[in-house]
Amino acid sequence: MSEPVIQVDHLSAFYQKNTVLYDVTFDVAPGSLTGIIGPNGAGKSTLIKTMLHLHPILTGNVSFFGQPFHKVKKRIGYVPQRGSVDWDFPTDALDVVTMGLYGKIGWLKRPSKTHRAQAMSALEKMGMKDYANRQISQLSGGQQQRVFLARALVQEADIYFMDEPLAGVDAGTERAIMEILKELKSAGKTVMVVHHDLQTVEHYFDHVLLLNRTVLHYGKTEETFTKENIADAYGGNMRWMGGEQKDVGHSIKQ
Amino acid sequence: MWDTLLNSNTQWVLLSTTILGVAAGIIGCLAYWKRQNLMSDALSHAALPGVVIAFLLIGEKNLFFLVIGAAISAFVGALLIQWITTTSRISEDSAMGMILAVFYGLGIMLLTIANRIPGGDQSGLDSFIYGQAAAMVTSDVLTMLTLALLVILVVFFGFKEWKLFLFDRQFAKGIGLSINGMNTLYTVILVTTIVIGIQAVGVILMAAMLIMPAVSARYWTRSFLTMILLSASFGGVSGAVGTWISAMGSGLPTGPFIVVTAAGMFVVSLILGKEKGLLVTYIQFRMHRKKAKTRVRVRTGGVT
Repeated sequence: MSEPVIQVDHLSAFYQKNTVLYDVTFDVAPGSLTGIIGPNGAGKSTLIKTMLHLHPILTGNVSFFGQPFHKVKKRIGYVPQRGSVDWDFPTDALDVVTMGLYGKIGWLKRPSKTHRAQAMSALEKMGMKDYANRQISQLSGGQQQRVFLARALVQEADIYFMDEPLAGVDAGTERAIMEILKELKSAGKTVMVVHHDLQTVEHYFDHVLLLNRTVLHYGKTEETFTKENIADAYGGNMRWMGGEQKDVGHSIKQ
Repeated sequence: MWDTLLNSNTQWVLLSTTILGVAAGIIGCLAYWKRQNLMSDALSHAALPGVVIAFLLIGEKNLFFLVIGAAISAFVGALLIQWITTTSRISEDSAMGMILAVFYGLGIMLLTIANRIPGGDQSGLDSFIYGQAAAMVTSDVLTMLTLALLVILVVFFGFKEWKLFLFDRQFAKGIGLSINGMNTLYTVILVTTIVIGIQAVGVILMAAMLIMPAVSARYWTRSFLTMILLSASFGGVSGAVGTWISAMGSGLPTGPFIVVTAAGMFVVSLILGKEKGLLVTYIQFRMHRKKAKTRVRVRTGGVT
């Protein structure tokens, strides 16, 4: 196996009184598309944020390409949850996508025509060309998500982290986003996605990380995404949510 | 009337309140999108004790030193708000309310003391409460102009960074923009704008200079840059018009006239503004209702 591109070593993090993540350890192989799965409150978003130093690290270590985060920042793209920003902010889709280039443009310099064109082609890729000059508050949830993804694309990063990119989007957007994720993967990029829909896991991801405050299971989807392992992660939840267990069992059998 | 305007001191004062309005209009937009309008109110009130303490220490009314005193005291206020919010379960708006009241009370208390000492009542320190632009001398005007221009430049050179910082902080941090740095810079320019404004507008009404032009501008545009430019113009016009009116009578405070002018522009924007202004919203509602009615009529075959 080739050198891992992401190494997480005994990572832990907290929110106020609670330790939300403890002893998280895993290595990610280059070119993999990983779904981070776990129940609500399992620390999925926190894991991503902590790895990207957006949330303080309590203990442990994270390295990318064998280097600390701050040295390789530019090679990492992040798509936050759609709800994390104020969509009322007065700007248009193209402008938001151009923000993905700010690191390359350099601080205090203005974006040039080439940058705008680059942003435009990313929007086009996400099927959003016609909405380039649309006010962001007037985009639908799915369109906003596409804009966020386009912004990540222009960064031309080697590793991508996405926090629930498929939450609350329509089928068309879901397909468009998955298309792009697969494209990124075939271009040799490493992608980690927080995902909540168990039905589609096998279909979408080649690796699965089952998380519930620590890593319960991690590996290739066909080996890791088993009924027993899912029950491990969802634990008590699954027992009283009898209906869902049946659903999950069904989707695994097929 | 024209005599007052032609008076060179009045011209200087007019220029400085205009630039102040422009700076306040610009910073107000940042405060608006940082969703921290109350912060400017808290910090301008928090500046008062610093002004009086600086006066008590140096014994004369020199705007430069008073502004430094005001800035220190406003920063202490900002730090206290942050400290209270992070270390206790008191929410940010309660903390701001507390700091606003306590610092203002302390300022008034010190002011009473300062007015009792010999020469203190002649100092014109009272003008810091409601603002007295006419009381400014040339050196005051120069101090104000320089600092206001500095603040304006900081926003324009970092325009792209401010936008990213206000829209998506986490993403900004991810691509290497220092959020702590931006927060500090924001507090510095906010406090600078406040302290240079309190001489002309007064601590009580300074916050209105920051809030009013920005909310008025919001009614006219969908672009952040245009919003800033509009807000700057609204602020500048309020500053100029308010000062001009107050200069026509003797001893009229400047602050209230500036704020009332700004409020007038807000009312016009609220009603006529093309982005969700009351009139436009009403007309759109009427048009949509008409359309919906026609559609219903068509579907029901003209029977209504």
